[in-house]
Amino acid sequence: MDQFVINLLFVGASFALYIGIAIWARAGSTSEFYAAGRGVHPVTNGMATAADWMSAASFISMAGLIAFTGYDNSSFLMGWTGGYVLLALLLAPYLRKFGKFTVSEFIGDRFYSPTARIVAVICLIVASTTYVIGQMTGVGVAFGRFLEVSNTTGLLIGACVVFAYAVFGGMKGVTYTQVAQYCVLIMAYTIPAIFISLQLTGTPIPALGLFGDHAASGEPLLAKLDAIVTELGFNEYTAHHSDTLNMVLFTLSLMIGTAGLPHVIMRFFTVPRVADARWSAGWTLVFIALLYLTAPAVGAMARLNITEMMWPNGGIDGGAVTVQQIENDPQYDWMSTWQKTGLLAWEDKNGDGAIQYYNDKNADMTAVAEANGWAGNELTKFNRDILVLANPEIANLPSWVIGLVAAGGLAAALSTAAGLLLAISSAVSHDLIKGSINPQISEKNELLSARIAMGVAIAVATYLGLNPPGFAAQTVALAFGLAAASIFPALMMGIFSTRINNTGAVAGMIAGLSITLLYIFLHKGWFFIPDTNSFTDADPLLGTIKSTSFGAIGAAVNFAVAFVVAGMTKETPKEIVDLVESVRVPRGAGAAQDH
Amino acid sequence: MTDQSTHATGASESDKTYWQANLRIIYVSLVIWALVSFGFGILLRPLLAGISVGGTDLGFWFAQQGSILVFLGLIFFYAWRMNSLDREHGVEEE
Repeated sequence: MDQFVINLLFVGASFALYIGIAIWARAGSTSEFYAAGRGVHPVTNGMATAADWMSAASFISMAGLIAFTGYDNSSFLMGWTGGYVLLALLLAPYLRKFGKFTVSEFIGDRFYSPTARIVAVICLIVASTTYVIGQMTGVGVAFGRFLEVSNTTGLLIGACVVFAYAVFGGMKGVTYTQVAQYCVLIMAYTIPAIFISLQLTGTPIPALGLFGDHAASGEPLLAKLDAIVTELGFNEYTAHHSDTLNMVLFTLSLMIGTAGLPHVIMRFFTVPRVADARWSAGWTLVFIALLYLTAPAVGAMARLNITEMMWPNGGIDGGAVTVQQIENDPQYDWMSTWQKTGLLAWEDKNGDGAIQYYNDKNADMTAVAEANGWAGNELTKFNRDILVLANPEIANLPSWVIGLVAAGGLAAALSTAAGLLLAISSAVSHDLIKGSINPQISEKNELLSARIAMGVAIAVATYLGLNPPGFAAQTVALAFGLAAASIFPALMMGIFSTRINNTGAVAGMIAGLSITLLYIFLHKGWFFIPDTNSFTDADPLLGTIKSTSFGAIGAAVNFAVAFVVAGMTKETPKEIVDLVESVRVPRGAGAAQDH
Repeated sequence: MTDQSTHATGASESDKTYWQANLRIIYVSLVIWALVSFGFGILLRPLLAGISVGGTDLGFWFAQQGSILVFLGLIFFYAWRMNSLDREHGVEEE
């Protein structure tokens, strides 16, 4: 059967499954729409949160970024898992005890101020919308490939699917659908990785294969990889090349951003008890770790496979792959298929009938290139976001595995986009409209405004996704920086310090969000519009600190401003101090209360 | 993390001891959290360069896998420890 038909079958079958579940568990009341009636078991909740959390960035983009950079991009691995420690220890149990539906409700009540609630809603919308842009980038890549159309067409089709899908149900529909999505995405990620690990190292567990021996040469896999990439003038895979300060700040931004993202935090409102909120964070990380322990193996093994494919006869001496081979050898079919999406390109610059892939920016390679008559790197474009989706084709795996990966990538992007749209829509309808503009709004109109908000959010994200500020995972990293600088500090201070009052919290959030947004816009363009930036991440404004790493500094600014302003203004009233103290002990946590 | 609440009024003595015990567990856990990721994974990696693991060094392993395993251990330890602390202090949910 044709690969295109197999992809369609897998994607179609998985979609039918999700939509079936969404209809079966459709949300009836507002409380079900937002929090699934709090009847969700910690393991189920953990699995759904993992699906919600692991987006196009984790599934489609991350391994590609690790593959082409190596150790320096370990930040993604540590950052996106380490945040769960903060979430489990510093936020989840207390927010569950507080017992409301949304993050901004907590901030509004704890800081006894409708202004604080509205500022929190704005922070949340800014971070979530940026996040959706990253998802749309991934959706575009996935749809572009499996429908065999250009990236842009793929993105537009994807946007329609995401919207139709997110409008279907609320949290409850989404919770059970997301359990199904988790199963699809984890199988789609690990099965090809197991095949590839067996091929390269003989070990069925990719995480162990990464540190095992390369079967063909008998050398350790990573040593072999280091040797073949350095021969071509690329950085040694396992070595540390990037700036240490930037790496630390980037990792920290991703960690605190994780603990500040509303769609993840919202999940911990849906477990029955405070004790379950603690377990639930652990289960979530178990399900996430299954992918995150595999990802570095996928990256390293794919890099090895790709490099060996471009130099099929044992390194430079054996000669590069010929154009004829790429066009005719079925092993290289993936290159022609991906060329159609516009995300992969090659060009025989020196006209020798072969494609030389090497690092032409490395001065040491100039002599090698001259001696061999090379005219620059001829694998001119290799978009990092295609690596995971192309990986099974590169490794020549059976066509059903390729179909499964297409379904998995879409599951990852859809589940997260749906969760984020839900967070955005609840922020607008529940916090903004019902909470401040029109408290008398009927339940029906509240749901309607929630859906309109979803539509607007996806339209903006699609428009900006056509010219994304970076690869999927990089755009998502910006969203984390924004969440880190705005939401996390307010939540943490709200629980751990009774001294922070309404003015302190509001000033902190505004300062953290605006300085981080400013830094990002200066480097990525105003409102992410291309060519309006004044600096680039290669040569950033402040020393070596890239815009993706600025969230940690924004968070520090938020904390500092909040403490200084709170110190100069009136103390927190007694009843709020009592509220904070009651949040700190699990006793008496009932079901959530609506306003 | 600062905390002035223990000087405030309203909470019972036993709730305050409970909160102090909770804070101690959080401090220790966060020190370990930072040590394995920012420490072993990044800043202290040169110190671990001598310990080789599958073609590279221990720091690389911590950065790509080890820290994730430790994070998992920390969260489950915290959940288990706090759920028993709740009972010791009689503050668990009914």
